[in-house]
Amino acid sequence: MSVLVFAESWDGKFKKGTFEAVTYAHETAKKLGVSTTAVTIGKLADDAAQLGNYGADKVICISNNINTCDSQGMSAAIAEIANKEGASLVIIANSNTGKTIAPRLAVKLSAGFISNVVDTPSNDTPFTVKKKAFSGKAFENAQCNNDKCVLALAPNAFHIVETAGSATVESFDAANRVSKVTSTNVEKATGKISLAEAEIVVSAGRGLKGPENWGMVEELAELLGAGTACSKPVSDIGWRPHAEHVGQTGKAVAPNLYIAIGISGAIQHLAGVNSSKVMVVINTDPEAPFFKSADYGIIGDAFEVVPRLIEEIRNFKANN
Amino acid sequence: MKILVCISSVPDTTSKINFTSDKSALDTNGIQFIINPYDEFVLTKAIKLREQHGGTVTVAHVGPANNEPTLRKALAIGADDAIRVDAEATDSFFVANELATIAKDFDLIMAGRESIDYNGGSVPAMIAEILDLGLINGCTGLEINGSNVSGEREIEGGKESLSASLPIVIAGQKGLVEESDLLIPNMRGIMTARTKPLNVVTAQANEERTVSISFEKPAERASCKLVESGNEAELVALLHNEAKAI
Repeated sequence: MSVLVFAESWDGKFKKGTFEAVTYAHETAKKLGVSTTAVTIGKLADDAAQLGNYGADKVICISNNINTCDSQGMSAAIAEIANKEGASLVIIANSNTGKTIAPRLAVKLSAGFISNVVDTPSNDTPFTVKKKAFSGKAFENAQCNNDKCVLALAPNAFHIVETAGSATVESFDAANRVSKVTSTNVEKATGKISLAEAEIVVSAGRGLKGPENWGMVEELAELLGAGTACSKPVSDIGWRPHAEHVGQTGKAVAPNLYIAIGISGAIQHLAGVNSSKVMVVINTDPEAPFFKSADYGIIGDAFEVVPRLIEEIRNFKANN
Repeated sequence: MKILVCISSVPDTTSKINFTSDKSALDTNGIQFIINPYDEFVLTKAIKLREQHGGTVTVAHVGPANNEPTLRKALAIGADDAIRVDAEATDSFFVANELATIAKDFDLIMAGRESIDYNGGSVPAMIAEILDLGLINGCTGLEINGSNVSGEREIEGGKESLSASLPIVIAGQKGLVEESDLLIPNMRGIMTARTKPLNVVTAQANEERTVSISFEKPAERASCKLVESGNEAELVALLHNEAKAI
């Protein structure tokens, strides 16, 4: 028996969420006294054996190239491995791909499914884990009634731990299946940092007065290696793309540092960002609700504060 | 084309979330329930597809009788009929099974990509798996041509165009239609919704694989440390030395 973890790759490279998931699987397997098996799909540019550094004992590389839009094919291939390995617990990062394949996998394996998990199981018989609920406004302790369980791990919720371990690597040919969905074109925003995985997020709201003023937001983000985000009104008016909308009905983010510029901090916005470890707010209005939720704040005009902040961070970077 | 839209009834987005004193359930006192915002985009898109191609839009919901106002609102927005499975929606697999039983007779099965209460985001994918259908998850664009489906979805750092055939499951979000295009009920819609069919069916007694034990709220943060405007250097120092965030 082992804990199985899907080691997602994108363009052949493992993602941050993958290392979080492998670490999580290893920690949980240790508690259960079993081994950790990672499974990859498709051609890898990265070395599969490096997953041993995060606690995998064995890596099974599915050789079939299955497109990520083929959720059925991906979940079927992982299910083959889960059955072969007798895995009662499968860990998947709750990324775009993970969200699509994990529920299908749970149905295939006749397993319970719990998503947005933020901690290792507090109990193993039955499995009980803490997950996010009400779009970040609360946590739920959920219990799985089945002897098998698929857990989808919330991004940035679990720290990556390197173990200096090593993993054996084997190859596996899964059954070939015909995909019901085909990819016809991919449009990539190059150099963009994935919001879900970003360590730092710089976000701005209506206080910026217009899309032409986003230059300083992007400059600050680039300087910090951060992702850029925005509030709902800003994406609704079309100043910024929908993909940048964070909040209860947009993306949920959980970076180390969240900088909110000209965002008042409506309850719907806070729900999507309050898992951030440190929050900074810059707003002209001292009554803005965000000041009640943030860790640090500057009451002032973004058009004056942000350029000065950029300058100070540049100085800091030059000296550190 | 027969379109099924699966909808959830969720607390209004402005709701403060509190729990009963034993922390076992949501305290629904003073909470207004609405159509799950992701489902609203899907419902409007379904009605637009019906205008283009003809057919019907049915809304389906798993929940108790006091959720019926949410279904009546969907009918007022423009759905033709509604089905309510009379059961508490607690486990995603249970809900997916109940909805799949209904969905097998439809050409296009749509739902929001997640509900804003339990955020499982799993019911559409589970329906697709149970019925052996394709799925476009996080769908931001959709066109139907005969039985051909072309869709768009968000991927890490970009978007992807997809092609497939009916029947299919679509888990949608904003982009399917814009916020400003969302249909809202008008007086005529509200009047006709009263007489549109709302069929109540009993649950199939499907297995519940997960159960909620308890709820808790996130820890409160310490009060906000204010830095004088003009003193951004101090903020940078705090973020580095104290918060260890940069």
